[in-house]
Amino acid sequence: MLNANIPEGPIEQKWQNHKFKLKLVNPANKRKYHVIVVGTGLAGASAAATLAELGYGVTSFCIQDSPRRAHSISAQGGINAAKNYPNDGDSIFRLFYDTVKGGDFRSREANVYRLAEVSNEIIDQCVAQGVPFAREYGGYLDNRSFGGAQVARTFYARGQTGQQLLLGAYSALMKEVSRGAIRLMPRSELLDVVLLDGQAKGVVIRNLIDGTITSYAADAVVLATGGYANVFYLSTNAKACNVVATWRAHRKGAFFANPCYTQIHPTCIPVHGDYQSKLTLMSESLRNDGRVWVPKKKGDRRAPGAIPEDERDYYLERKYPSFGNLVPRDIASRSAKERCDQGYGVGSTGRAVYLDFADAIERLGRPVIEARYGNLFDMYKKIVDVDPYRESMQIYPALHYTMGGLWVDYNLMSNVPGLFVIGEANFSDHGANRLGASALMQGLADGYFILPYTIGGYLAEQAPLEASAVESAAFGTAQKKVEATIQKLLSIKGKRTVDDFHRELGRLLWDKCGMARSEAGLKEALEEIPKIRKEYWENVNVLGSEGEFNQVLERAGRVADFLEFAETLVIDALGRQESCGGHFREESQTPEGEALRDDEKYAYVAAWEFKGVGMKPKLHKEKLVFETVTPSQRSYK
Amino acid sequence: MSKTINLTLKVWRQANSRSEGRFATYPAPGIDTAMSFLEMLDVVNTTLERMGKDPIAFDHDCREGICGACGAVINGQTHGPQQGTTLCQLHMRQFEDGQTIVIEPWRAAAFPIIKDLVVDRTAFDGIIKAGGYISVKTGSAPDAHTIPVPKANADLAMDAAACIGCGACVAACPNASAMLFTAAKVSHLDLLPQGKAEGPRRVMSMVEQMDRAGFGNCSNEYECEAACPKEISVSHIARMNRAYRRAKFAGAP
Repeated sequence: MLNANIPEGPIEQKWQNHKFKLKLVNPANKRKYHVIVVGTGLAGASAAATLAELGYGVTSFCIQDSPRRAHSISAQGGINAAKNYPNDGDSIFRLFYDTVKGGDFRSREANVYRLAEVSNEIIDQCVAQGVPFAREYGGYLDNRSFGGAQVARTFYARGQTGQQLLLGAYSALMKEVSRGAIRLMPRSELLDVVLLDGQAKGVVIRNLIDGTITSYAADAVVLATGGYANVFYLSTNAKACNVVATWRAHRKGAFFANPCYTQIHPTCIPVHGDYQSKLTLMSESLRNDGRVWVPKKKGDRRAPGAIPEDERDYYLERKYPSFGNLVPRDIASRSAKERCDQGYGVGSTGRAVYLDFADAIERLGRPVIEARYGNLFDMYKKIVDVDPYRESMQIYPALHYTMGGLWVDYNLMSNVPGLFVIGEANFSDHGANRLGASALMQGLADGYFILPYTIGGYLAEQAPLEASAVESAAFGTAQKKVEATIQKLLSIKGKRTVDDFHRELGRLLWDKCGMARSEAGLKEALEEIPKIRKEYWENVNVLGSEGEFNQVLERAGRVADFLEFAETLVIDALGRQESCGGHFREESQTPEGEALRDDEKYAYVAAWEFKGVGMKPKLHKEKLVFETVTPSQRSYK
Repeated sequence: MSKTINLTLKVWRQANSRSEGRFATYPAPGIDTAMSFLEMLDVVNTTLERMGKDPIAFDHDCREGICGACGAVINGQTHGPQQGTTLCQLHMRQFEDGQTIVIEPWRAAAFPIIKDLVVDRTAFDGIIKAGGYISVKTGSAPDAHTIPVPKANADLAMDAAACIGCGACVAACPNASAMLFTAAKVSHLDLLPQGKAEGPRRVMSMVEQMDRAGFGNCSNEYECEAACPKEISVSHIARMNRAYRRAKFAGAP
């Protein structure tokens, strides 16, 4: 059993007590410690900025040309906090409770409580930084209710909340770069994590402009490198999102937890062609005013406007009268799949459902709808060439977020001492399903308010690293191995493109390990993945050379890691013979077709230890103990 | 409904910042008009890769118009012919069958070319570093409701803050000026009470950095506003100019 180092005491006192007990680094000594932060999304940028403010030396790496472009920027809907400004009964406890329940009782209570506890400070911090949240005429902040919440606790900046929060964190980062406290290294990709005496003390980085490979040593390494949804090829993630950093840390000993917890977002623009490079999400805030429906008649090919009211099936409102269109993401997604599987789907492929605003426009008027969703409607029109003010949108679920990630304890430290993992890259707070507007909250909670404390507890017990550490053999070995892998990829000179393999892997995973998973399907996937991987290393064509700006080579390394990681994902899905949140096993459902958990057998975190490529990873378990919330069958009826 | 069209691409190819560039011509047959412009480039690149030829390098990431990574000059227009649209959100239905499309990188002294259509925009980070922030440390913020902000100001600040830092404004300007980019940030922070305290110092420092980085002056062409995929108004430049003059006469450091 893994020990998560959860502090003693009542849940509402754990974090306060723990902060007091954590050892502190003397202010004068902080500058002697150096921290590497990889990734500049909400978690990475906020952590780097805050660590630098505290006095640590920080080096910040990102693969984009500027830290401002990290994928957090794409989040649309909002950020949750328990401010209870609308006076509708919200509280830290309610946000905690909703998050544990929404996660289908597969998250760690103590972490979730702490998340809810610091949520309010995040809003304060962002407002002080100048994040232009939506306001009411009185000048106070506006809140809306969002995906599965029965209180209005979501703060937002039009449909661009992620962008505004990231630009806030980026501005804090640049403030510290300006002070000389952060060294900023854009267009830099992590290719290995280096351990000295079993502790993470550095990284190997490839400069994406000229291909130079360099080692960097530090007293601690923080990974804030996001999720792995792109293992499915088609997802709503940005094209560069990848598993390389977390996978290479995993190969160095860090446990990968719950990789089968993947989130499918219900409101995305449906797939339209083979050339499709990514899927576009339409914020689920649309479900606040939009109504989801399919025709009552199978294969009804009439235009949506020509289908009268009484021939429409508003299936979410029918099945879940109390939550209606606002049921959590996993339920909304599966319901859409179920309707399409039954033959009620619409659009050219039959894999779409309608999202309709006619009622809302009539009730509220077009200006209100424009103010709330204008940019989303415009985006839809640009992509699909249909005006959603006049005709129902078509939507379908798509891969969006990954709850799994590297295993971390209460201090957000992995089982490898000195290796901290924050934001989407870790596994801890969302259980088997993340609630809407909680990713931004977790990223900033980890970066601004949690890691900067907990990392001090680790550093306080370490002597600062000698400057010569980077010359030690471990770095040389790691660098040689990275260079050899690159050479190998370049030397194959096969017949198929990198993307071709990526698409093949993605299709396989979507079919066998997507919205619904079965033992037979998962076993087929486990047969297929090693074959694709084998062919990849024999038949991929990676053009160009290592010492130049080479986007094919970048993608080749990422797909190589996806091909290893995919197997662990499927093994995890196969081992968990229950349905929970985003993980739906066909063998485990209620008579009504809802996810059926098995708390007796599976109330644990599955943390996998790497044992070699193609070898079965070793399972370590962290038992999930629910002291405060009693697990129950989720019901949104 | 989508259809397929045949196109010819003339693309700027340049191996790196030190080498000379040139246009290369590629056929792009059978392009589905429902594709995005970048998906069209993906298709052309796949063909090039299969022939063992170096694919066209271009920056891109989110492909939903918000990260600001992509951008190229399409037939002389930044981000192409559609108003208020990034290259990734431009769709091939905007083009005609048989058309020749000329694709060039942003051209500005402050944005050196890295490869083909990829340029180095770190000069923008330099401008933000010079003062595009509010100096508040984590943990020192008062409750978010302490200072009400009039809705009109908050909305205007949001209009300016919508900038994605793509660089189209610079590429479209005959002087390669970064006034719209800089003004958007100055305006966003100046419009909020939280940003006022540092206002004079911020505007002086950011404008100086903009000049130092090699961006040109503003001569009121308004090309930047026309090119901006987020349709940010040049009125923010006017606001920045007023702030700059106020700061200058007040003797801000």
